[in-house]
Amino acid sequence: MFQEIKILKQHGIQYVPDLRKVELTGLFRGRPVIDKDITSEEEDLLIDICPSAAFCKEPFSLNMGKCVFCKACAFALPDRIKFTNDYKIASNTLEGLIVVKGKDKPVELDKSLIRPELRRLFKHSLKLREVSAGGDNSCEMELNAAGNVNFDMGRYGFEFVASPRHADGVVITGPITENMAEALDICYHSIPKPKLVILAGTDAISGGMFHNSEALNRVFIDRYPVDLYIPGNPCHPLTFVNGLMDLVEIE
Amino acid sequence: MYFMIPTDNFVVLQNNSTSVDLSAIPVLEYVEFCDVVQSLMADSKNHIANYYAFQQTDQYLFICAILRDEMHDIVVFAHSEPLGLKELPSLTPAIPQIHIFEREIMENFGVKFIGHPWLKPVRYAHNRRDKSQIMDNYPFFFIDGEELHEVGVGPIHAGIIEPGHFRFICNGEKVLHLEIHLGYQHRGIERRFVELKKPLQRAVLAESIAGDTAIGHGLAHAQLIESLTGINVSERLQIERSIALELERLAVHMGDTAALCTDVAYQLGQVVNEALRTTIINTTQRWCGNRFGKGLIRTGGSDYPMTEEFINTMLGTLDDSGKRYMAMADRIYTLPSVLIRFDGNGVVTHKQALSIGTVGMAARACGIPRDIRSTHPFQAFRNYKYTPVLRTSGDVLARGVVRNIETRRSLKVIEELVEMHKNSVLQIAKPDYTSTLNPNSFAISLIEGWRGEICHSVITDANGEIVHYKVKDPSMHNWMALALAVRNQEISDFPINNKSFNLSYCGFDL
Repeated sequence: MFQEIKILKQHGIQYVPDLRKVELTGLFRGRPVIDKDITSEEEDLLIDICPSAAFCKEPFSLNMGKCVFCKACAFALPDRIKFTNDYKIASNTLEGLIVVKGKDKPVELDKSLIRPELRRLFKHSLKLREVSAGGDNSCEMELNAAGNVNFDMGRYGFEFVASPRHADGVVITGPITENMAEALDICYHSIPKPKLVILAGTDAISGGMFHNSEALNRVFIDRYPVDLYIPGNPCHPLTFVNGLMDLVEIE
Repeated sequence: MYFMIPTDNFVVLQNNSTSVDLSAIPVLEYVEFCDVVQSLMADSKNHIANYYAFQQTDQYLFICAILRDEMHDIVVFAHSEPLGLKELPSLTPAIPQIHIFEREIMENFGVKFIGHPWLKPVRYAHNRRDKSQIMDNYPFFFIDGEELHEVGVGPIHAGIIEPGHFRFICNGEKVLHLEIHLGYQHRGIERRFVELKKPLQRAVLAESIAGDTAIGHGLAHAQLIESLTGINVSERLQIERSIALELERLAVHMGDTAALCTDVAYQLGQVVNEALRTTIINTTQRWCGNRFGKGLIRTGGSDYPMTEEFINTMLGTLDDSGKRYMAMADRIYTLPSVLIRFDGNGVVTHKQALSIGTVGMAARACGIPRDIRSTHPFQAFRNYKYTPVLRTSGDVLARGVVRNIETRRSLKVIEELVEMHKNSVLQIAKPDYTSTLNPNSFAISLIEGWRGEICHSVITDANGEIVHYKVKDPSMHNWMALALAVRNQEISDFPINNKSFNLSYCGFDL
């Protein structure tokens, strides 16, 4: 008993008081910024370097939904592209994930597209079912971490539940394998309406390094509307929780 | 005994050294091949690291790699068979640990191993030979009996974990048999290594084989490519890589201790270990910007050489977290309400573990001194004498205690590696993405990840292009150990057994 009290005291207070204002290490690879004066040749160089074809030429931009955050581009041209430690990079549209050159503004959700019932129903309690469909277990561990003593998303009523029947939405990690496609579909249909779909991590959003692999079946993404995209390789717990807070409009 | 085998039956390789010509691997007749396997396996200090087939233009080449722990080497040999081969006699009845590899070959190439007791699909790979075999039709074992019932769990589980299906046959609450059906996570990784042509793409891919082992698999890949390009990395970089690997081990062992506490409802053990794990992965994030170390390991060099400032922060964190861990662990492993659940639960005997070829910490919990850091040293471990942590009872407690002692050991290893780092020459190159690979070559690379032995091997063609890439996560050997562990246990003890191994689904499914 005394030993436990000693450990508790040693353990101290672990929770992060304000999940909106954490200062992560400067090396954290969050929202990228591309210099507005980047030349056409430099653009071609970055397109050639990128392992996951995340750059697009006209206008020159980086798609965070495809980016694997390896930072090879920033190592090649440190004056032209940098990764800031801004972890608030979730978006409810695919366009919101695209960083055009010269743009250095926080990512914001397009509020006009958020269904009004989401806020009404889920602002104080949002229960989610997670499905890993080819995830490499790093995103899964980060989603677990979102509920741990440090990030403690339970304080906002966010919680992962054991059954889709108890859930308000599904969080998908991984590029969605052929072998998991059916189980994911069954899970989705087991969730009562209205329901959310959240894609967590670059693999889920675009397939990442597995884009176009024959072992995938991404029909699900085409078939059902997605409410929130959370980029990252893996997505950071802070990115995830902040994305959810924005979606249900918690200040 | 192995010394009686004429040496022209195999080629002897060292871990973390150069590649060899593919033609240097002796190609035997199958009968002769079986003899060599059997005589090598007569020594319990040897085990099969990999056995796989590769389709060449006019034949199948079957390559086998056996690790000899006492000789600290890898022996590689092969047999070739014509395309369209239908069957071969199975080695599994004599050498049970080859069972999973024969199943994999059957799935990929349709070669039926006659006499194999459970020649079932392994992962329903997208490029499997027989597409009529589908996930839903997995041929589970079943036992008829009025008093028995089956329990099916998964692929989607209650917690946030990867998918897999567990089918229990139970007598009341007692598990008679567990069969583990995987494949849900199959992403086509090995094919992807051949499809993706840029070295950076492959490095990023290697980190995604199993995200909880990003450093382990990333390092196995980097080491492999260095074998194929002849790049020698500096001593300093080798030390940094080894520190990264030990940080990964620390983080997971702490996280798994938390998970073990969760499953026996010891909440203090859970939350304290979760918070401790956070301090370790945040240290890795401070080093390279990613909590799992993605981006840290690259071929030929590093984008994140350790700074003195980082080293001091890291040592401070490890000192603080280490002390807190030890206080917590001392409590966990003396608390009667925890011990009563761990002790004697989920025993894998020494004999079973040897027979199925268990590796890594699961093997060490059964008294098998298998640890690549000491048997086939790599990177900085070539200059660091590491002795494996052993326990003999083979139960959940042994696996917990091995993690506990390895955590303490890793803290010490890092401290000593930092001393070596101070005395090393200040020299770390930038990553190399341009060197050409040796043509017509074979290379193999072994790393002791936190789960155990990671093995990557590769074959190149006449132009130095990768034509075959083989990944083996330790889970390939160890899932069978979990199935054996829960026999005759209460089904409610499955979760702690599962956590005590914490095997990889994606590393197995590839």
